[in-house]
Amino acid sequence: MTTDAMALERGYMPGMRVYNLKLGMWVFLLSEVMFFTGLIGSYIILRFAHPTQFAEPGVVLNVPLTAFNTFVLICSSVTMVKAYAAIATGDQKGLKIWLLATIALGTFFVGIQVFEYIALAQHGFVPMASAYAAEGGALYGSTFYTMTGFHGTHVTIGVLCLWFVLWRAWKGAYSADSLGGVEIVGLYWHFVDLVWIILFTIVYLI
Amino acid sequence: MSTAEAAIGDRTAAHEHVDHDIPFIRKYVFSTDHKTIAKQFMFMSLFFLVVGGLLAMMMRWQLGYPSQPMPGGAILPETMAPGGILLPEFYNSLVTMHGTIMIFFAIMPLLVGFFGNLLIPLQVGAPDMAFPRLNMASFWLAFPAGLLMLASFLVEGGAAGAGWTSYAPLSASGEYTGVYLGQQLWLVSLTILGFSSLAGAVNYITTVINWRAPGMTWFRLPLATWSLFITSILILLAIPILAGALIMLLFDQTIGTTFFLPAGGGEPLLWQHLFWFFGHPEVYILILPAMGIASDLIANGARKPIFGYHAMVLAIIGIAFLGWIVWGHHMFQSGMNPMLGTTFMVSTMFIAVPSAIKTFNWLGTLWGGDIHFTTPVLHGLAFVSMFIIGGLSGIFMASTPVDIYIHDTYFIVAHIHYVLFGGSLFAIFGGITFWFPKLFGTIMNERWGKIHWVLTMIFYNLVFFPMHSIGLQGHMRRLYDPTQYEYLEPLQPMNVFITISAFLLIAVQLIFVVNFFHSIWKGKKAGPNPWNANSLEWTVPSPPPHGNFATVPVVYRGPYEYSSPESDEDFLLQTTPPRDQQQPEPHATPAPEGA
Amino acid sequence: MSWMLPESFSTFGGDIDRIYYIILWITGIAFFLSEGILVYFLFRYRHKEGRKAKYVHGNTRAEIVWTAGTALIVFIVGMLSIGVWSRVRTQLPQDAMEVIVSAKQFEWNVTYPGQDGVIGTEDDFTKRNEVHAVVDRPIIAYLRAEDVIHSFFLPDLRVKQDAVPGMETPVWFEATETGEYVVGCAELCGLGHYRMAGTLTVHTAADYQAWEQAEIQAAGQ
Repeated sequence: MTTDAMALERGYMPGMRVYNLKLGMWVFLLSEVMFFTGLIGSYIILRFAHPTQFAEPGVVLNVPLTAFNTFVLICSSVTMVKAYAAIATGDQKGLKIWLLATIALGTFFVGIQVFEYIALAQHGFVPMASAYAAEGGALYGSTFYTMTGFHGTHVTIGVLCLWFVLWRAWKGAYSADSLGGVEIVGLYWHFVDLVWIILFTIVYLI
Repeated sequence: MSTAEAAIGDRTAAHEHVDHDIPFIRKYVFSTDHKTIAKQFMFMSLFFLVVGGLLAMMMRWQLGYPSQPMPGGAILPETMAPGGILLPEFYNSLVTMHGTIMIFFAIMPLLVGFFGNLLIPLQVGAPDMAFPRLNMASFWLAFPAGLLMLASFLVEGGAAGAGWTSYAPLSASGEYTGVYLGQQLWLVSLTILGFSSLAGAVNYITTVINWRAPGMTWFRLPLATWSLFITSILILLAIPILAGALIMLLFDQTIGTTFFLPAGGGEPLLWQHLFWFFGHPEVYILILPAMGIASDLIANGARKPIFGYHAMVLAIIGIAFLGWIVWGHHMFQSGMNPMLGTTFMVSTMFIAVPSAIKTFNWLGTLWGGDIHFTTPVLHGLAFVSMFIIGGLSGIFMASTPVDIYIHDTYFIVAHIHYVLFGGSLFAIFGGITFWFPKLFGTIMNERWGKIHWVLTMIFYNLVFFPMHSIGLQGHMRRLYDPTQYEYLEPLQPMNVFITISAFLLIAVQLIFVVNFFHSIWKGKKAGPNPWNANSLEWTVPSPPPHGNFATVPVVYRGPYEYSSPESDEDFLLQTTPPRDQQQPEPHATPAPEGA
Repeated sequence: MSWMLPESFSTFGGDIDRIYYIILWITGIAFFLSEGILVYFLFRYRHKEGRKAKYVHGNTRAEIVWTAGTALIVFIVGMLSIGVWSRVRTQLPQDAMEVIVSAKQFEWNVTYPGQDGVIGTEDDFTKRNEVHAVVDRPIIAYLRAEDVIHSFFLPDLRVKQDAVPGMETPVWFEATETGEYVVGCAELCGLGHYRMAGTLTVHTAADYQAWEQAEIQAAGQ
């Protein structure tokens, strides 16, 4: 029996009808919201203050490729939901398959992003100066790489966590009654996806 | 016994069993027990408090006796103080590191890491934190971060020297300060510390929400826990902003980005906005737990319920909430749009209100009381009286036109230290003394505690009160040698006075140190409730066992039911059943003859 | 150990000082009242044999009264301050002299308009650490910084404004008495921050003319 269940039975007063791990993850995600708000907010401020430092999205960035990548990440959220749904009905095999699918899609996303970085760097678009002199200045590179780089780092960490959860699933750690680990990694994954949708819109579309 | 009770019982028994068998490393070094982690934070922070104090003493030497060889200065390397005379760049590092270490590695980990860990599970009635291993990680991130910060003194170029506020572009490029690696280590250290704080915040918030004992409703929580809970929310939301800013500044310094460098199109003011958007909630992080502790101490000393408990809670929440919309008052003279100055002034004026409410309520708690002047209570009273001064001085700088004159002068330094030392540090001294039995099972010596208190109060005021005056005469901050300004020369005798008082102030702290360590081993043994207090930590042995409560506590009332008509004593534990539910006392068996 | 301000020598200095003294009165009274009550309570309600504390949880009416009272006081202080702030910061005077003050590590470079009286033209001349102004005549200093943030501080005239690289920030003042005043830097700017002293010389109109002519001659050579 989990400590939460024991606590509940003994009359501990959970302030929310949410077990500890899940509450903890939500609370943590709140801090992540603030982190990305700081980065994205700074970008918006800098963009308004120094518009000539930035180029229109399509000029430097490969919007179609990244749009496809966005689709990939959204699909990975779908597979994550399927993984959770599987274990919620006790389907161990489904859990593992859908986790693996999520890992694959997530890894693919990061891979494309690395590919994109390399391509941009080869054209001279790096965090510091911009060889695309007519299409922006150092601020563009600074903000682009910082925002997408930290998001990519979060995706990578998510993929590592998914590997961990998959390994635990292999050991039979999860069941319909005990799926906290899957649920919270799912929450994190959906959050990372949501941040990307916002980031993609702001950086690549506007 | 229900299966659940048996399960809890098993768990407690299992813990005790484990307690005897776990190796030293698991029990004291990599511990997951919140009380041990609290001690680790405490020892770490007290160490850094001493370091921060010594840095300040060096600063005060230079200010009192500019460019004269400092006693003991010969041990410092040529890069810091050739011939014992402090260099300007080293002085700037001292200024920077004194502030940084005191705020991030002394006060914050004392209030949040130490008191948060010690008090929250005990006061809510939980066996430990919600995530004990995350708790362990929190300490083991903070400690290396501190070491990294200290190490920065030893690298080429020395430690960071752009102020604890690290304004760009001064901090963004080593060419402006001569400090390269030191500034970067400063940023990395604080980023790591940020992770530590976040881990703690997640833990505290989850524990307070989900691990309150049966009957422990929100409005039966002691104010120490309330303040730590709200503080944790501030940490959760503010630290990530700082992290983003630190990372951007680190990138500017290392990989050539230009967030804050105008030469590359960046905005120096963006740093200030980001830093203070974190920085203002940060100062409330530094005072709210102290307020909570002071409340617990004063109610205990006055033997009265806290006056206006609900108002006190609302005031804590109000301060935390308003704290997000006042950050621009640190930037009135920064060159930002003056209209913003007006809006921030208005919001800043209003944040005085909840602080005033709390002060009135502390006075209300003392009114009609039966005040016992124990050492913890004296510190709580010092908190209130010094916080009044610090808070009132804040009103001057809240007024934007007056701030034109006093910004970046010693008036500000006086304000900072009245709230941080006069406020937070006295509350910390009081809290350590009060909860000492729960840490070590003994009680600190009362007489020496009082002597320490009196001397600290005297010298502390002699150091910081005059700073209001020299600030008003135009004495700027962070000046290596004030005598370079002719109009400041008449203020030098006051600088000397402050310096001598500061030396005496730090010397007097030895009394606390000796009392502290002596009492750990030779102090009088303490029972569960030496102060006749009411909250849950006083229902368990001193120190509490692993798992804290042998059986899950049941709470019947609030934590401040002192002098209640329901009790024969002048206190009433939260867990004492109401009279109509009490079991009759078993008859005592008479002692055998001749025993 | 004085809470009095040194004398001020600018037109808005008096306004700023007045707000300061109003706040001093208010906080002074609040200080003596609250600390006085505190000390009185400590004495009056100190533990004595047989004393029993009042079992009272609060008083809602008192809470409302002192909350409203405090809010009213700070509101008034705020309102009083807004006018002065607006006058000092947002309303640049017409018909003012103009100079450019460019701060750098560790000096103030002040550029004057020169013969044509217009700043930003060929005949401007620059002085190091010397600000010159005319008594009873407003002057606008356009603050710039070449490297890091500095802060232009004229304590005797109650002037302070940060000079930020990448920005040009106007700050104005009007001196009320001739004389020499200190110019200081009020923002940590590096190892020479403590020695960024300069001098503000406030001339009569005639003296300023003479000084200016001499400078123009010297610059022409």
